[in-house]
Parts: sequence; C-alpha cells; structure tokens
Amino acid sequence: MGRFHPHANSQPHANSQPHANSQPHQNGQPHDHPHKDGHARPPGSVGDHSGYRTGAERVEVLERILGENERVARANRAAFDAAGVTVVNLMSAPGAGKTTLLAETLRRLAPHRRIGVIEGDIETSLDADRLDGFGASIALVNTGNGFGGECHLDAPMIASALPRLPLAELDLIIIENVGNLVCPAEFAVGEDRRAMVFAVTEGEEKPLKYPVMFRSADLVLVNKTDLLPHLDFDTEAFRRNLDAVNPGVDVLAVSARTGEGVNAWCDWLADPLGAPGAAPARR
Amino acid sequence: MFKESGGTSGSPAGRQGARLDVRGGRAVHELSICRSVADIVARHAAGRPVTRVHLRVGALRQVVPDTLVYCWELAHADAAGAEVLAGSVLVVESVPAGVRCRRCGVHSELAVPILRCAACGTTDVVLVSGEEFLVTSFEVATDAVEA
Ligand SMILES: Nc1nc2c(ncn2[C@@H]2O[C@H](COP(=O)(O)OP(=O)(O)OP(=O)(O)O)[C@@H](O)[C@H]2O)c(=O)[nH]1
Ligand SMILES: [Mg+2]
Ligand SMILES: [Zn+2]
Repeated sequence: MGRFHPHANSQPHANSQPHANSQPHQNGQPHDHPHKDGHARPPGSVGDHSGYRTGAERVEVLERILGENERVARANRAAFDAAGVTVVNLMSAPGAGKTTLLAETLRRLAPHRRIGVIEGDIETSLDADRLDGFGASIALVNTGNGFGGECHLDAPMIASALPRLPLAELDLIIIENVGNLVCPAEFAVGEDRRAMVFAVTEGEEKPLKYPVMFRSADLVLVNKTDLLPHLDFDTEAFRRNLDAVNPGVDVLAVSARTGEGVNAWCDWLADPLGAPGAAPARR
Repeated sequence: MFKESGGTSGSPAGRQGARLDVRGGRAVHELSICRSVADIVARHAAGRPVTRVHLRVGALRQVVPDTLVYCWELAHADAAGAEVLAGSVLVVESVPAGVRCRRCGVHSELAVPILRCAACGTTDVVLVSGEEFLVTSFEVATDAVEA
C-alpha cells in the first residue's frame, strides 16, 4: 500500500498541474485509461522524503459530476412525454410567493385542466396542505431525510413522487421546488420549462448575485408588485441586471396577493408558445 | 491560469470551512455534489486506494470550491463502497467564464457573470467556457518503493 505525504495536502496550490485542455473530449464518452505518469508526488509536495517513494497512478475519468442526476432526469422526461404531460419547475428564494401563486393558479386553472403538483419541502406538509381543495393531485416530497435535509429537489426525488400522481390523466405538472436561490438551478428534474418567482422585496441586484438560477429560467415572475408603492425597488435596474445574465428572458409582473398578472401566467402555463415573446417550446 | 483549492477536511483548508453550517442549507448542495463525485470515483477506482481527486468546475457554476473541499470527507465517510476514498484529497480546478463575441469575434474572460464582450460591449456573445462540471481524473496509490 502506498504512502501519502501527510502534509502535502493542506495547502491550496498556486502551482496547478495544468490539465492542458479545459474541454471534455469531444465524443463525450467517459473513459478510463490508467497510465503511469509524472505524478509520483502530488503537486505542492516539497522536500525530499527519503526512504519512500510514493507510487501513484493517474486515472483519467472525464465524467460529468451530475451525470447520474441527468440520466434520471431524462428518464423522468421520457415518462412525462409518454404521458403527454407538460412539466414546469417553479423555483425561487424562500418566501418569494411560490405557494401563494400556485394557489391562485389552481383556483383559475384546475376547473379546466388536469393539474398535478409536486411539492418540495424540507420538513413539513404545510405548503401541500395550502394547495388542498382545488381539485389538483398533490404529491409531497420531503427532502429532509438523509443528511441534514437537501436544499433542492433532484431527479431521483421527482422519480419517487411519480407513482403517487395519475400521470396519464394529467395535462400539466407544476413542481414547487425548495425555496433556495442557489441549489435547485443545478439539478435538472426532467422539466420542460423553468419558471422563477422573484419578489420585489428581494432587491434588484439579485440576478448578479445568483446568476445561475436567473440564467436557467425560461420565465421570471416578478411577484409582490402590490408592495411597490412602499419600496424603492428600481424595476429598470432589475431588468438590466436580469438581461446581463439572461438576455431577453421573458418577464411577467404579478401579484399573487391582488391577482395582477396571474391570468397572463396561466396563459403561459397553458401555452408557452402563445405567450408573448416565449421561446420555442421544446416539443 | 487556474485557481485550485485543495485540502482534507482536517487540514487548515478544511478548518477554514468549518464556519460553514453544513446542515443549515447553504453547504448541503456542495455535499450532494461531493456524494456524486464519490460515487463516480469509487466506481472507477475498483478497489484501488485513491489519494487525490481532480474536479474541473466552471465559474458560472454556483459551487464554492472551498466548500466542496470541506464537504469531501463528510460525503464519503459514511458511504458504502467508498472506503477506497478514505484520506483522499479533493483538488478543484476553477475555469473562468469566457465568451466569444458574435459581432467582433473577440474572446473575453469574465470577471463578473455578465455576458458581455469586453471589446465592443455587446451582449451578443457565445458562452465558450464557465459551465464545466467534471470529474477529470484521480490518483491511486501503488505500492511504495524503498528508495
Ligand atoms: N404582499 C404580498 N405578499 C405576498 C405575495 N405573494 C406571497 N406573499 C406573501 O409572502 C409570504 C411567503 O409566501 P409563500 O407563498 O409561502 O412563499 P413560498 O415561495 O412558497 O415560500 P417557501 O415555500 O417557504 O420557499 C406569505 O406571507 C405570502 O402571503 C404578493 O404578491 N404580495
Ligand atoms: Mg412554498
Ligand atoms: Zn465584441
């Protein structure tokens, strides 16, 4: 068994071993070809540790870190497509108004369309309970089991919820992701589109601070517009910041409290193709 | 060109990260990413003891390299089949975000996540780097050789 220099690990390495090309291999195939190379010592190790020479072998991998999640997301997507159901992943910071907006959405759409909701919540069923009674099928996913609670929904969690929804009977599934501006954006779940709720109380600089989620959204709902008279929120600066990270993305001003803009959101849900300026639907 | 973060959880680099509340939400994202990395490497290692694991992470990924390094040991300590990762170090190679201008053809590296040509200012650009998210390689120890 090889020995590893015990102190070689603790320094951040200014001298990286350049890995020549920063792109994965063009064919995208992971491969695995060990080869003896010059990495007998880890970069950053210093001094002559006479008495030992550590043998090391580098194994090339080039595998996407979230490849397994992506694989399950594709399987979810295939199940959605086979059932003819459109799936929207609704994301936001905690408290931006996803559940309130969903209740208003179900009030308007559930009488006409067969809707399923997947509720992601760390511990409770509080949000799922608020959506009861509209005639939609609700499946709750508590992300709290496992290590300390996941802060996002991932594709396997959505897969685990699917048997609890009458997939073949549904037209539309809305997934309320866990309230979090960072993590959900990294995890595809098999959705057709992503919508993001942004509340005007959050501040106009947020797209620059959390670019990954703002970049990943097909539609940004600017919520709590009823509060604008009480805030110094700069709508134009927000739009500029949003365009900086996601040029030309669709934006809808809504208030889940007063109902402003909620019909336009329902139109987008019903027919993203018909919505003004909407990007082409993927199917 | 590349910045790297490295260190075991018990190292100074790891202790730096101890301010992070792993259960409080923020770091859990990195934790689940580390678990994915552990699965990938353990599968490829096929029983060989792993010493270092190299990741390549684009600047547009909302992932904090130091947090990944801090979470690494936690992520594989209790994982079945990941015993080969005991004592291993995660090394993160950060790739800056870069865009190529559709108007003037210039390549710019981005210091902030604003997709804009540094030469002419247009936002009509193609993202050419910054979204990488890969396990690139790992090192396995072979038998020590008496010098
Ligand atoms: N004034 C105002 N308040 C709103 C609006 N939408 C939601 N709220 C309030 O904002 C708070 C949070 O709303 P929720 O709907 O629970 O937000 P959420 O995004 O589902 O929150 P989490 O699921 O916990 O992340 C509640 O007190 C809502 O009543 C709105 O348009 N205007
Ligand atoms: Mg909610
Ligand atoms: Zn240009």
